[in-house]
Amino acid sequence: MKPSTAEIDLDSRHPANRPGEAALVLRDLHKSFGAQHVLNGISLTVTRGETLAVLGRSGTGKSVLLKLIIGLDHPDSGSICIQGQEVAGFGLDEMNRVRIKMGFLFQHAALYDSLTVAQNVAFPLERHSKLSESERRDRVKELLTSVGMEQALNKMPSDISGGMQKRVGLARALALQPEILLLDEPTAGLDPITSGEIDDLVLRLQKEHALTSVVVTHDLQSAKTIADQIALFNEGKVVMEGSFEQLSESNDDFVREFFKRDS
Amino acid sequence: MITRSLEWFGDLGSFSWKVLRASITKPFEIREIIHQLDEIGSKSFPLVALAGGAVGTVLALESRSSLVRFGAKSMLPAAIVYSIIHEMGPVVTGLVVSGRVGAGIGAELGSMKVTEQIDAIEASAVNPYKLLVVTRVLACILVLPLLTVAADFCGVIAGWIAETLADPISLQHFISKGFAGANFSDFLAPTFRTSVFGLIIGVVACFQGMRTQGGTEGVGRSATSSVVLSSLFVILADVILVKLILIFFP
Repeated sequence: MKPSTAEIDLDSRHPANRPGEAALVLRDLHKSFGAQHVLNGISLTVTRGETLAVLGRSGTGKSVLLKLIIGLDHPDSGSICIQGQEVAGFGLDEMNRVRIKMGFLFQHAALYDSLTVAQNVAFPLERHSKLSESERRDRVKELLTSVGMEQALNKMPSDISGGMQKRVGLARALALQPEILLLDEPTAGLDPITSGEIDDLVLRLQKEHALTSVVVTHDLQSAKTIADQIALFNEGKVVMEGSFEQLSESNDDFVREFFKRDS
Repeated sequence: MITRSLEWFGDLGSFSWKVLRASITKPFEIREIIHQLDEIGSKSFPLVALAGGAVGTVLALESRSSLVRFGAKSMLPAAIVYSIIHEMGPVVTGLVVSGRVGAGIGAELGSMKVTEQIDAIEASAVNPYKLLVVTRVLACILVLPLLTVAADFCGVIAGWIAETLADPISLQHFISKGFAGANFSDFLAPTFRTSVFGLIIGVVACFQGMRTQGGTEGVGRSATSSVVLSSLFVILADVILVKLILIFFP
């Protein structure tokens, strides 16, 4: 019998970091909304412990890609393989068993506005961990301390800034010690200093937790700081994939234009 | 227009199936159900009691002159009690709750939808239908009959006050005359038909909220359509249920 999603022992969730093994494989993904083809055959591979940044113009399907990976939407065709498991046709219960291995930071943090900061971070723990109430409290405090938000435990999301909300969102995404972290524009709408702080935080947490990450961003500086690999999207296709240096030295017109605009 | 209506009913059917499936599988969100019972029940009580009282008063004032004209003044307590318990109490409670709770649920879930909070719940491997919809629908089903009893009680008391101001009558006498000839099923079936109103209000409001699109304007549209559609379906259900009650409890 498969374990219930409500019975996760966090102590046993330290992922064995096996570099070189594929954590996430996307093959020929297609997704349309009505007549609009958002993804036109996306194929990407992210190895364990690696951070892939997805760059591209607005409306090229970057956020849709993350939603397909976490199962909030379904691809029209193609394959999504997470840690060796094909998840594209999974039902709710099967998908939930995969979701608890992943953390998701939404573009606008998506904190539950009727709950305090501490309750937001405790939300996944209450439902999926075996921790007692006092252990849960300690874990929430530890997570909020790790993102520099320990002082906001009892504040409501509406009482903290956008940057702080992102930090709390990150703490919530890390609550179940995920093996894969999906970040949707972690620095969007933030000033350069706060963006830099978020980048440093993401980089530190990725190393501390040996995370495999996919980061959707418009921010070239951010991609340069936190990503090992970059995939540049245009019109629902991957134009180029490689390191920041490889892309910045590319002779492709679109890649050059993109990097010139942002530099 | 017809295609859109059919699509709406199709989506509602698919939504209801997901809610039904979520309602019979563990874990049951007991804490959230209690919270919703308080939100939907306790907080609707003052409005429902006031509406029930107003209906009782108006019934007493309006019926009095007609019954006096026909020499049937002694029937006034029975007319008030019968009207309130059989029709006015349940319908007024249904409409008041569909206004207050329908708008609240539509706006709350709509706002959660456009700010991706519902996606965040799903991404946390929690079924949003179970956490957000089943709890609200169940609370509506459980709370409506209780609120109806409150509305009935306030209506009868207000009717007695209005009557006794015009022509003094003791409460005991008013009650004994009002309930003369009535049996338990006269009270039971009309009161418990409001559970169906609760089901309609909960499902329609949650459905409209969960399918919200288009930012704050969309949230406003969801709140409005939740009230309009749930009120409309409550009235339609009332007609059907009254007919069924007359057949099964003649």
